[in-house]
Amino acid sequence: MTDAAPLLEASGVVKRFGGFTALDGVDLTVRRGEIVGLIGPNGSGKTTLINVISGLLPADAGTIRLAGVSLAGLAPHRRCAAGVNRTFQVPKPFASLSVRENLEVAALDGVDIDAVLASVELDAHARRRVGDLNSVSQKLLDLARALVTRPSLLLVDELACGLNPVELDRVAGRLRALAAEGIGLVVVEHLMSFIDSITDRVVVMNAGREIFGGRLRDAVRDAAVVEVFLGAPEPAAA
Amino acid sequence: MRERPIRRGFVREAGLAIAPLLALLAVLPLLYNNQLLLLNAVVFLVLAQGLNLTYGFSGYLPFGYVGFFGAGAYGFALATLHAAAPPLAAVLAGGLAAGLAGLLLAPLLRLQGAYFGLASLAAAEALRHTIANPDLEALTGGPYGVRLDVPYAPRLTYGLALAILGLTMGVVAFLRHSRFGLRLRAARDNPISAATAGIDVVRGRLTVWLVSATAAGLIGAVFAWSAPTFFPDAVFDISFSIFAIVFTLFGGAGTLLGPVIGVAVLYGTYTAIGVSAPQYFQLVYGLLIMALVMFFPDGLAGIRMPWRRRDD
Repeated sequence: MTDAAPLLEASGVVKRFGGFTALDGVDLTVRRGEIVGLIGPNGSGKTTLINVISGLLPADAGTIRLAGVSLAGLAPHRRCAAGVNRTFQVPKPFASLSVRENLEVAALDGVDIDAVLASVELDAHARRRVGDLNSVSQKLLDLARALVTRPSLLLVDELACGLNPVELDRVAGRLRALAAEGIGLVVVEHLMSFIDSITDRVVVMNAGREIFGGRLRDAVRDAAVVEVFLGAPEPAAA
Repeated sequence: MRERPIRRGFVREAGLAIAPLLALLAVLPLLYNNQLLLLNAVVFLVLAQGLNLTYGFSGYLPFGYVGFFGAGAYGFALATLHAAAPPLAAVLAGGLAAGLAGLLLAPLLRLQGAYFGLASLAAAEALRHTIANPDLEALTGGPYGVRLDVPYAPRLTYGLALAILGLTMGVVAFLRHSRFGLRLRAARDNPISAATAGIDVVRGRLTVWLVSATAAGLIGAVFAWSAPTFFPDAVFDISFSIFAIVFTLFGGAGTLLGPVIGVAVLYGTYTAIGVSAPQYFQLVYGLLIMALVMFFPDGLAGIRMPWRRRDD
């Protein structure tokens, strides 16, 4: 069985922008059916890592393997075909197309587009132009567009931001259901309660490096993590 | 990727728009005896539809579009002069020459917006000056142009022009009603998420770019056949680009009939005013275009009629 082999194996991933090192040797492993939370302060490299894995940015060093196969040199549309897909922090819909057409352009043969639309509760808006949707619906459309490509690895970049508690619950349930189908997920999020409700494991990043890997409840007790999020403790007064 | 054209819409547009238009243009010479004007109108229809392909479906606005027209005219001329090609074969050579020029300029597609427009204009100028180079007089005729010995065949050239128009409009209708066209429009809206959605953005853009270039080249070759004595400046005249752009935008890019309406209204006005009151020509023309840009930025075909469904 290959199910025991990791779905995603990223190791030693480096990404530099001029003199700034956004990713400084990052390792990330995701198994099938696992949801890994990726957290860290702004600028710690979370979105850059997702951009590198999805092929929008070339890595300067390191290897990324999907089910044992290297993704090196593959353009984003080839990574999509290989099974990698993602959502965007700021949704990027096809504005002049209808909601349903946004999925038609991406859907693999045999995918039930209407069922996917219904699963993110956009079925009532299928014929509307995307520009008429609010930002939450556009985020869900991003998710739906990723799903119709039948990904094995789904990278979710700050989907929860801006959702109300009811919507959060629904999205959390949806992501757990995807994991139950065997999809591996990486979820970037600032909302810790959301992360806590869906993840088995979190990776905490700071300044392009992983500073913690493990359960969220242990992360909040980790001195390095606390320092990154809250600052170093004041030296005791003399 | 398996192609699934939405055939019904394509057949409807071909049957209700392209065929009647071609039929009308085919009988016009019987009712109106200015052959040259009719041929020019068809030339502009092809150029507007060819530009519509690349601008309407991939968002690239090539100010140097005339370069392909000129490449087609010179492709025709060189095939006739140096290969003794029969005119029909030389027309194909013209299309091929423009397609090759398009391939050569494909790296320009890395640029966007105004940069792309200006770079394509520079490329067309470079091509014109290369052909007009006096040192190449033996090959291209240099700045002195060419004088081709081809049979005068107004019916045939007009019929060919109509065939090219039908093909070009057929491609436009196909793009409007196929998954390939939908994917192109997605890539135009947002190339990043299109790539993420599995769309080969580069291949799609390149395909439509080459088809657009070939269309201009074919009609450039027919133009050369119908007026077989010409100078580089005549077939690389930037006005061809400007007219094609204005006609397309006026009528509505990305639509099938927009460019046709643009040519009918603006070329009609151009011809009518140019004859009756040339002193007011620029004024009327400018006002028409200003009114359009201000009130109907999507072109005339973009005006929503209350009885039209929004997904039409």
